[in-house]
Amino acid sequence: MTTQLVDEATPAPTRAAQSTSRSGRARTSRTLRYLLLIIFLIVVLIPAYVLFVTSFKSAGDATPTRAWQLPTEWYTDGWARAWDTLSPALGRTFALVIPASIVSSMLGAMNGFVLARWRFPYADLVFTLILFGMFIPYQAVMIPLVELMQNLGVPSGIASLFVLHTVFGLPICTLIFRNYYASVPEDMIEAARVDGAGMLRTFALIILPLSAPGFVVTLIWQFTSAWNDFLFAIFFSNAQNGPVTISLNFLASGQLQDYSASMAGALIASFPTLIVYIILGRWFVGGLMAGSVKS
Amino acid sequence: MLTKVRSWGPPLLLISPTLVLLGVFVYGLIGVNINTSLTDNIRGQTTKYVGLENYTSLFTDDTFIYSLRNLAMYTVAFLAGTLFFGFVWAWLLERGLRGEGIFRTTYLFPMAVSFVASGVVWRWLLNSNTGESASGLNRGLDMIGLGFLQNSWWTDETWGILAIAMPAIWQLSGYIMALFLAGFRGIPDELREAARMDGASEWKLYRHVIFPQLSPVALSAIIIIGHMSLKVFDLIMSVAGQTNYTTQVPATQMWLAFTRGEYAVAAAIGTVMLVVVAVMIVPYLVHNYRSERGR
Repeated sequence: MTTQLVDEATPAPTRAAQSTSRSGRARTSRTLRYLLLIIFLIVVLIPAYVLFVTSFKSAGDATPTRAWQLPTEWYTDGWARAWDTLSPALGRTFALVIPASIVSSMLGAMNGFVLARWRFPYADLVFTLILFGMFIPYQAVMIPLVELMQNLGVPSGIASLFVLHTVFGLPICTLIFRNYYASVPEDMIEAARVDGAGMLRTFALIILPLSAPGFVVTLIWQFTSAWNDFLFAIFFSNAQNGPVTISLNFLASGQLQDYSASMAGALIASFPTLIVYIILGRWFVGGLMAGSVKS
Repeated sequence: MLTKVRSWGPPLLLISPTLVLLGVFVYGLIGVNINTSLTDNIRGQTTKYVGLENYTSLFTDDTFIYSLRNLAMYTVAFLAGTLFFGFVWAWLLERGLRGEGIFRTTYLFPMAVSFVASGVVWRWLLNSNTGESASGLNRGLDMIGLGFLQNSWWTDETWGILAIAMPAIWQLSGYIMALFLAGFRGIPDELREAARMDGASEWKLYRHVIFPQLSPVALSAIIIIGHMSLKVFDLIMSVAGQTNYTTQVPATQMWLAFTRGEYAVAAAIGTVMLVVVAVMIVPYLVHNYRSERGR
């Protein structure tokens, strides 16, 4: 699958340099490539530098003239203020995104298996209709959604958001698992079928134990997208009962621009997803691929 | 009959929770939303149907037209920027070189951060003050002798929306790089070798071998970035705020209508957004569906 292709950093066989002039040219081209790559690297890291540096500046230090300088004195009050505002929301966000990721991954695994392996009439049509749910702008269902959640009596805040992230995470989880199960060797499933196991037993006994890689990808994907969501959060929660994106927006959009606290807050709010990205980067990329390139 | 139930039953059982949920939350609510958009609904209270009045007043409202214009400009800039950087980075990395992992990881990391968090730092970077009080990028440009490039960024009425595309490009170019990198690595070496044997120049090699092989990846990239772009909301909320005129897009207009309690108008904007996205997504899904069936 495409995932492995990205991760295998195997350099392509270098074309044998036949003459010295050619190897000289190859060297220049490699130097040039490194130079460009490093320039881009610096550009990409500029916002990270600003976040980090500004988060440690005192109000008097964050003046325009010293905008790009290191802090004169490393000052942690901004971090303390950000933590005070964000810490209750952090707990709520974990309580939201972990169950939502697990439930939509489980349902996604079931769908993916059925759609990949247990062909039924119109399976492809059903799959396409499921997939459409991934692309719609949620604004197109938002007003009735607000009314539906009120009518169902789902309290605003984490409970509502749990329902929404679970439901609207289903298409991508289904897609990822469908592609994943399409790559499980046919004979493994056939062997179980010959033994007379029904489909539900095949799924529970043979397929689920094989599904760990699929789960890693969907869990990471769902964790990240639910953690970073702002649209549902702003419609269905507020700074008192909502996830961390709402609290961060509240912190950063105050009338008095508290730059050190906002920047520290942005770092705190990004920390969990960045950790996931750094530790589980391989599978993170796998999810990105599954979301686009078909296997 | 019984055998039919035996073969159909289990897969339907596994997939039915999703079908019900998406049937209600996606297709059902789209229907309700369209219905609401034809009424005079204020905060959930409807007195009568008004036909297409909400739509006609939207399309005669200068601000809404301006928001559509902004959306189109933003989409073009976002697509052009991510495709350009994504392709260049992948191209620089594709032959493999030492430290590839570091570049790849760094280029991709902004993807793990929420738009709300990156908005915090980009609001600082895109500070519109110039001259003495310049901060952010304007100050930085001055420091490296490019002071003439100082501008008012997102506060400009004609071009302001393009400044909002900058953080979006910063966040998503790494994703497009990962897609292109997978595409490059999926091209069999024999294909390149064969072209070289035939004496094809580097340019001809790209023109006739590599670009055609990458076109499915480019299509995926356009679909992904395009549909994200049409939904832009979080970034604008955190960089410019909801009421800033120069960065209005349909999603912010929809949110403002919602906060004013004009649910019917908000629903109409949601429907317009759905149509805009569907124009792009439906042909893609149909194309995929056909190729699935042809498998």
